[in-house]
Order: sequence, then C-alpha cells, then structure tokens
Amino acid sequence: MPKSNSNPVGRRGFLKGAAAGAAALVANPGGAKAQEIAQTKGAGSSLPSARLAAAETVPPAPRADVYTTDRPGADFMLEVIKTLGFEYVCANPGSSFRGLHESILNHGGNKNPELLTCCHEESSVAMAHGYAKIEGKPLMVMAHGTVGLQHASMAIYNAFADRVPVYIVLGNIADGTWRRGDVEWTHSVQDAAAMVRDYTKYDDSPVSLTQFAESAVRAYKAAMTPPMEPVIIVADAVLQEEPMSDADRRTARIPKLTLTSPPAGDLGAVAEVARMLVAAENPVIVAGRSARTPNGIKLLVELAELLQAPVQDRRFRMNFPSKHPLYNGGNIADADVILGLEVQDFWSVTHTMTPVNRMGMESKSITKPGAKLITIYSGDLSQKSNYQDLGRFAEVDVAIAADAEATLPALIEACKRLVTADRKRAFTERGAKLADAAKRTRDRAIDQAAYGWDSSPITTARVSAELWNQIRHEDWSLLSVAEPFFSGWPGRLWDFEKHYHYIGGQGAYGIGYGAPAAVGAALANRKYGRLSVNIQCDGDLNYAPGVLWTAAHHHIPLLSIMHNNRAYHQELMYVEDMAARANRGIDKAQIGTGITDPNIDYATMAKAYGVYSAGPISNPNDLGPAIAKAIEVVKKGEPALIDVITQPR
Amino acid sequence: MKKVSLLVLLAAALPGFSLAQNAGNGKRLFVRDGCYQCHGYAGQGTIAGARLAPPVLNAQAITRYIRRPAGAMPAFTDKVISDQEVADIYAYLKTIPAPKPVKDIPLLDQLRN
Repeated sequence: MPKSNSNPVGRRGFLKGAAAGAAALVANPGGAKAQEIAQTKGAGSSLPSARLAAAETVPPAPRADVYTTDRPGADFMLEVIKTLGFEYVCANPGSSFRGLHESILNHGGNKNPELLTCCHEESSVAMAHGYAKIEGKPLMVMAHGTVGLQHASMAIYNAFADRVPVYIVLGNIADGTWRRGDVEWTHSVQDAAAMVRDYTKYDDSPVSLTQFAESAVRAYKAAMTPPMEPVIIVADAVLQEEPMSDADRRTARIPKLTLTSPPAGDLGAVAEVARMLVAAENPVIVAGRSARTPNGIKLLVELAELLQAPVQDRRFRMNFPSKHPLYNGGNIADADVILGLEVQDFWSVTHTMTPVNRMGMESKSITKPGAKLITIYSGDLSQKSNYQDLGRFAEVDVAIAADAEATLPALIEACKRLVTADRKRAFTERGAKLADAAKRTRDRAIDQAAYGWDSSPITTARVSAELWNQIRHEDWSLLSVAEPFFSGWPGRLWDFEKHYHYIGGQGAYGIGYGAPAAVGAALANRKYGRLSVNIQCDGDLNYAPGVLWTAAHHHIPLLSIMHNNRAYHQELMYVEDMAARANRGIDKAQIGTGITDPNIDYATMAKAYGVYSAGPISNPNDLGPAIAKAIEVVKKGEPALIDVITQPR
Repeated sequence: MKKVSLLVLLAAALPGFSLAQNAGNGKRLFVRDGCYQCHGYAGQGTIAGARLAPPVLNAQAITRYIRRPAGAMPAFTDKVISDQEVADIYAYLKTIPAPKPVKDIPLLDQLRN
C-alpha cells in the first residue's frame, strides 16, 4: 500500500506551534515520565507528580504538529457507496471504520445511507437480511474486520444459505506500521474476509481508492445476481483516514452500476419441461425460494392455474397464496411429474429417511416408478464446498441451472402453446378435485384449532387466531421465523397473499435471527405504512435482545408477540429421543434445554430497552385486548412487545 | 353376560388395560415425561405430534403405539414408562373434555368463509 503520509505537505494542513515549556516536555518525555513514576513510587506519597501538577496549573502546551485533512479517503468511499443506493447502514461502532463513520455523518449528512445504531454485529447483519427480503435490495453493514466479523459470522451464514444479499464493509488496518499498540494489532488481520469466504459470494481488500470504487460496485452487482448472497469489501483504515493520494485524485472514478439480468433457463430445456407438464396426469410444483419479487407470485399462480397443478410451498419465501385452491395440494407419491423451483434440498422432497431415534440410517424414494423429476435452480450456478448447505445429490430428469422467476415467463408461454382442448378439460377436472381437497384441509385446520382453545399455557392456534382477528383488515406483514415452531398455524389459518405477507426463515437455521431480521424487515415496511408483526421465539430473543433498543431508538414500528414456551423445545425433544433410545431418564431432558428458574420477564426486558410492553399473559382471554392496545402503539410508529406464555408448539 | 366376561378376561391379559388408573398421577407424568412437548399440555396435538385428547384409541392401542410407534415418535419401553404409568396417562387424557364446537368460537367460525 502506498503510504499517503510520504508527501504530506499540501495534503495536510499543519498547524505548527511551539512553546518553550512544552518543547522541553516534548523533547524529553522519557525524563518527565521517569520523574512522575519516581514520585508516585514514593512511600505513602499522596502528592501529585510534577507533570500532573503542571497539567492542573499551567495552560496546556500546543502540540508540535496538528494536521487536518481536506479530503479523507472515506469521503470518496462514501461517494461510491452512495451511488449504490443504500437507504441505511447498520453498525455497532468500531475504530477500524471510524473514518467512514464520520464521513457518513458529516460528508454524507447521515442520509442515504443513514446510520442505524446496533448493539451487536449479528444484529446488524440479520437486520440487513430481513430488510432485503422485504425491499429486494441490500442494506449496508459496517463492522471490524476481526472482532466485528466474528460476531457477525453466524448471521452471514444464515443470509448465505437463505440466498439473500447483504453488503458488508469491514474496517481493517492492513499496514502494521500504522497500528497503535495492542488494541489495533489484535483488531487487525491479514485477510479479513477469509473467515467467512466459505459463505460469501465475493470479497476484496482494495489497496487504493480507485480499486475500492471498482470492487465496491462489483460487489453490489455480485450480491444482486441470483443466487443472491452476502459480499464483503474491506475498507482499509489508512485509506479511510488519510487524504486521497495524488494517484487516486488523478485516477479514481466511480464506475456505473448495471445489474445483471437474472439468468433464465435454456429455451430448449424449457420446452421439454413444458411438454412433460402439459402431458402429466398428476403434476406437482414444489416452491422453495421461487418468488424473488412480487411478480414471482403472479407468475407461479399463472403457471399453476394454467395447468391446474398443485403448488407445495415450502415457505422459504412467500411463493403462493395460502387460500388458493391449488395451495399445498397434491401428493408427491402419486405425482408423475415433479417440478422443483428453487428448492435447495430437492432430494428430501422425494425421499423419506429414518426417524432420529431409529438404529441405522435408511432412506427410500417415495416417488412412483417412471415419475419425471425437474429442477430449475439458480444454486446450480454457484456452489461452495465446505459448508454443506447443498442437500443430498438429487437425481433428476431435467436440471435447468437458472433463476426460476426469470424462467417462468418462457415456461408459461411454452405450456400455453401445448395446451389442447382435451388437456384443458382434464386440467379443469383435476383443479376441481384439488379445490375440494384444499377446502377440506382448511376446514380440518379450523376444527383442530378449537382443541385446547381455553388452555393455559395458551395454544399456538389460539394465539394465531387472536392475532389474525386484529390484523386481518390491516396491511399486515408477518416477519417471524416462528411458523415451524408455531405448528404452522399462521399458514393454516391466515390469508397470505402479498409478497410481504411472509418472508421465510433463517436460511441456515441459526438461532438469533428472528428478532433482528424482524426489526430490519419492519424498517423496510415503515415507509409503506405496513403493520409489521413478529412472532418472537424466546430462545431466539435472548441471543441479542439489544435489537429492541435499536427498534425503539430509531422508531421502527413492530408488533412482537412472544412465543414464550420457556425452553429450547426442538432440542428438548431430541434429548428425550436419545434418552428413550438409551432406555433411561426421559424425565431429565429439561436439564440444559429449559429456560426456567427464573422465568424470564420479557415485558420488563422490553421496557428496559424503551419498548412498550405487556404481559406475561397466560389467560387466553386477556390476549385479544392486549394485542389491540399494542397495535395502537405500533400504528403511532413505535415498537411494542407482548409476552405470551405459550404451549411448546 | 358371558360375552362381557370374556372381554374382561381378554382385557386383563393385555398391558395397560386392566390396571387401576390414576388421572392425577397421569397428568403429572404427562408433563414429567415430556408427552406435552409434541402433543401439547391439553393433548391438543401440534405439528410434531398427533392429537391425543379426548382419546380416540383405547388404552391397549395407546400402550402398543408407545412401545412400537410408527412415525417419528420415539419408542418408549417399559423401562422408561411402565404399563401402570401409561394407564395413568390414559386416564388423564380421558379427563380432558372435547372442545367447544367451532360455531361457538367466533374467531374460528369467521374463518370458515
């Protein structure tokens, strides 16, 4: 790296000054220090040293060299960042990016991006994760290249596995001669991004501002090209804080950003898939992360209705309307054609495996002989090896390496060209049967929700019904990951239709995502005036509850309903499974998995962070009024939390 | 009468069927042994386990299922849950009343439409 202080004259404005007394102190600092230590060591002496006494009685001497910077590199970095269109930047403050921090405030006016104060780097990244799933573009995150990135790493892995873009700028002091003492040495690293390179799409450590500009724009483009994933740019602290070098002043420019068109499937392969689908008697469409945008839902509805084919939504995104007669119908075992759209682990769709406590591992296909399997999956375009989010290898008949949403228009048109009057009649008949089945499924769910209706702890069905009753006429958005931990009740009872009605889960099932992702997504919803709702698992909130303060501080309206079941129940069940297998001690499974004794008072916790709260509520009849009151707070633009004592699932 | 006696005789030979049942102890065991984890405190069923209350199966069938379950449920041998304990749990499940009809629960009834 060129040292920008090699020719400082003309780039720094020096304020020179000298005073005789001060010069003496500066000229012989060691002597003064030795004298101070000697006096301090005097037996029982409580008198101040000569240096301290002078400091208290003599006006401070001006420093020999004081310099100011007319154009720190961070200003240029920020100008690059501004062209990428970030609304916000999430950060827990850190010295290695203090230059950029200051430039955001003063050079950028703390607007586009606006700095959001976060209490943990994992919260910063998870907020960006949730925001991107609502807004369709990344937030920026700043963190130390060492300790900050270490905090952030689990959240980065979640975003990677969930195929979500996050834009991370790391601070680092690459040149060891610029590091002052122990803190800056321990906060510096040779290759900052190495720690997370297995689960990021792109990174670079620019050594000039000219390179920073190119790499920053390249990173954004990479993050936004399916499969979308987190990216990292290292902002060297010396580049940030020192004036732009003469070379950078001559050459640095900001490249134009042109986003890559999402890759669409090969038209020949698409035509073959269309032939299979139109000819099929029992096709099933399986949606993983199919809908990247609102249009993705429309396209999938169009394809399903054209074919009258059921869509099994794995709820990693809001892919398909939950009250649609083709929603979650059909049967994989009866299907003659199965189309997977952005399904990360397609193998598990078509196979069963040994339950956890059985001896030996067995698996078998559940598809019928001759069934045709098709995948359209952008993950085939970009795979990494170390972290195994790949799923088992899926043997399929047609594999299209492309973005599903970008491929659907061509697939729909190809199907339309093949549909004859006979096939249309068959489709209509199939659709009627699926609609009947869907209605029966929904009626069964409503009947099932009545069981345990007045129980305490409150059933997850009751919480879902009470919540739905309050929000159904609002422009709502459910941001939580809790569906699987909530027995899927929102999906079974509510009417999910719009793309922001649901944003899926963590990606890598890393706990601690729920609360910050909900705050980030609620931030994205704020400008649209949506009512953001989060069903918040208790174990999840305890990872980094400081994000409640971030929501209060930045006035992010969000209704959080605590799923306070006082245990890590998934793990509790596993331990009980193991105990049953070993023929012993199933009554001890609460040890190490329970969150009791003392019970955590989440209403008090929220209040401490400045968030309106109510609860704990254990009487189901108290829940509706509490929700109504909390919604009033949220509609005024503030977060609110209700602690609800719930059943395990 | 003779027919009933035969049934009683047959039942007495089956585990968990003829044992004296203690619903209070069954409620305690339902929590202690973690049945509620998957089936809910009210036996209402969850995404992880079937609805148990009010019981559809008889005590004999429930005992058989606990010993040799078909799905993802662990197998609980009599070393970890005795026949007597299963009988008590079954007695507890029988005390849980059937739910109100959906038509009497406005929040659910409105979902029919």
